[in-house]
Amino acid sequence: MEVPILKQGEFLIATIQAALSDADLEHLRLALVQRVVRFRSRAVIVDVTAMDVMDSFASRTLREIALMIRLRGAETVIVGIQPEVAFAMVQLGLTLEGVGTALDLEEGLAFLNQKFKTIN
Amino acid sequence: MANRQSAPRKPMESELGQPEIPRNEAPPELLRELVAHLRQNRTHLREEWLRRIAETRLLTAMTKEEIFAEATSVYDSYVEALETGTFEALQAYARNLSERIIPRGVETHEVIGIVLLLRDVLARSLFAKYQADSEKLNRILDAYEPAANRIANTVAVGFVQERERVIRQQQEAIRELSTPVLQVRERLLILPIIGVIDPQRARQLTEQLLRGIRTNRAKVVVIDITGVAAMDVTVANHLVQTVEASRLLGATVIVTGLSPEIAQTLVTIGVDLGKMNTVGDLQGGIEQAERLLGYKVVPLSDSREAD
Repeated sequence: MEVPILKQGEFLIATIQAALSDADLEHLRLALVQRVVRFRSRAVIVDVTAMDVMDSFASRTLREIALMIRLRGAETVIVGIQPEVAFAMVQLGLTLEGVGTALDLEEGLAFLNQKFKTIN
Repeated sequence: MANRQSAPRKPMESELGQPEIPRNEAPPELLRELVAHLRQNRTHLREEWLRRIAETRLLTAMTKEEIFAEATSVYDSYVEALETGTFEALQAYARNLSERIIPRGVETHEVIGIVLLLRDVLARSLFAKYQADSEKLNRILDAYEPAANRIANTVAVGFVQERERVIRQQQEAIRELSTPVLQVRERLLILPIIGVIDPQRARQLTEQLLRGIRTNRAKVVVIDITGVAAMDVTVANHLVQTVEASRLLGATVIVTGLSPEIAQTLVTIGVDLGKMNTVGDLQGGIEQAERLLGYKVVPLSDSREAD
């Protein structure tokens, strides 16, 4: 299942809508890294609200996405991690270190707007 | 002795707490005689028992009158249980008694002690009575001992069960009370932790906090651990996990109230506190949180002047 990536002003928004296979995740990674430069985006928001499970591969891929996107000159915010998922993740030691997080899409946008406002 | 062994013996397990034993494996007339003897000498035996209780300094938490009243009831229930072979009444009484005396600090060994004393006192009186006729003494003891063991067992188990029930109830109460997640301002939660943190509680705490963050849409959480006396590796790691899980939900955690001892422990055991945002006391933590949220608290007089 492919993840739709929407362009919203200076940001890219990828909303994961169902459980993803490893191949889907890799595809998402590639697509985001390509488009972030093509659209000259300043930040990427990955919405994982619909994910009930976050395994180590998914978690590692999200972290890789964030690090790669930083190298491509933009920011990443992961939004919508469910409380149960967050709890399970820290138990497994998957803490998405160095990756921005926010409660939901709205918060993520607010966070990025705030950030770029202070930089400008 | 051969005599005694040949007499019908109840199997061991029935002495130790099977719910229902067929009553009167011993000939009923023997038991009747026994009960009659105990009834006749009620006053004397009770006095003797009380004397022994006082002598061994049991039940010091209770007054003489109370002990007398309880002893009378226990004695009568005891004889009744011997007579009828049913233990429900005694069990109910034991539970009731436990309920009354546990809050007064009566210990398990005291309760078991007094029941065993009574058993002892009664056995001695039987010895005294049937001294001359050793065969009869043996048969009487065969009737008496299994029943007496069972009574002692019933009372002790009743007491311990009651005690465990109280403990469970209190644990439950503590658990419910122990993890309030409070909103102090829009998007700011505080989580005061008091007492001992065990893995189960840490888990519950984290779950409750995460749920609180979601429902209150919190951005900053202040965890105050002033009331936590000690911290070991496990607890410290739980705290770190809580902080990380909150971050995954987009909330910043500020930990306040680390005592010097805990700070020392954490540094000694080498817990990675790099990710933890710590502030000395709760007030400082809330002030820091307000800064993060963009609040500024100004005294009323100043703001009026500014207007």
